[in-house]
Amino acid sequence: MTAESIVRALIGGGLIGFAAAIALVVHGRIAGISGILNRALDPDGGSTTFRIPFLLGLIGTGLVAVVVLPHVFGAPVSRTPTLVVAGLLVGIGTTLANGCTSGHGVCGIARLSPRSLVAVGVFMATAMITVAIARHL
Amino acid sequence: MTAILAAVAGIVFAVGLIISDMISPSRIMGFLDVTGPWDGTLAFVMAGAIGVYAPIARIAKHRLRYAPTQTAIDKRLVAGAAIFGVGWGLSGYCPGPALVSVGSTIETGLFVAAMIAGIAIARRFTR
Repeated sequence: MTAESIVRALIGGGLIGFAAAIALVVHGRIAGISGILNRALDPDGGSTTFRIPFLLGLIGTGLVAVVVLPHVFGAPVSRTPTLVVAGLLVGIGTTLANGCTSGHGVCGIARLSPRSLVAVGVFMATAMITVAIARHL
Repeated sequence: MTAILAAVAGIVFAVGLIISDMISPSRIMGFLDVTGPWDGTLAFVMAGAIGVYAPIARIAKHRLRYAPTQTAIDKRLVAGAAIFGVGWGLSGYCPGPALVSVGSTIETGLFVAAMIAGIAIARRFTR
């Protein structure tokens, strides 16, 4: 972590907060990625005025970046079978908890939601324990 | 117009994740590994995001038309958050960075496919 990475973190974070503010002020919604993805996958939940265009913007930007700025993406650090198991757990967990790092972590904490404060404490704790076990066992 | 602004929000969100390097799993692992040389970048990203969002959310509270319907701190919330944390710790990917990175490597694409499968599984058992 350098001074530059801290400045970039604050600017990038600010942009994430600004994007979440657009979703709130314009669409009346919480900008939680897992919830948006979850409901967009619902046959009748893919709101064409919010969820679908939001996801197209999010994923489309990533795909453009893959082409024009491929070096910005850090490679996965886990083996492929581990990544698949992790993906399953992230999908199951965020669906049960109704939120992830954005919905609970950013929007929920900012709104001082008790559910979100508990969720963030729990997922930070289990993530840190998981890393400690995986890295130092 | 609202659809265009939704796309803009998605683009700005993705640019924020890219600028702050949240799309590098090693960066996330550096934050989650409290026993190693700690990387606090994620905390600054959250501080930046909450710093911008919290005052706007306070002023524009009445704009939240689709407020979260659940208020109870129940087993489902705690178990779900615990399961999500294990997956996050195993990979360094949470849903936003995973979707932005979906085309960057085949492995990341597999993670996203598994995540979508996980969503389908959880729905099947909870409805």
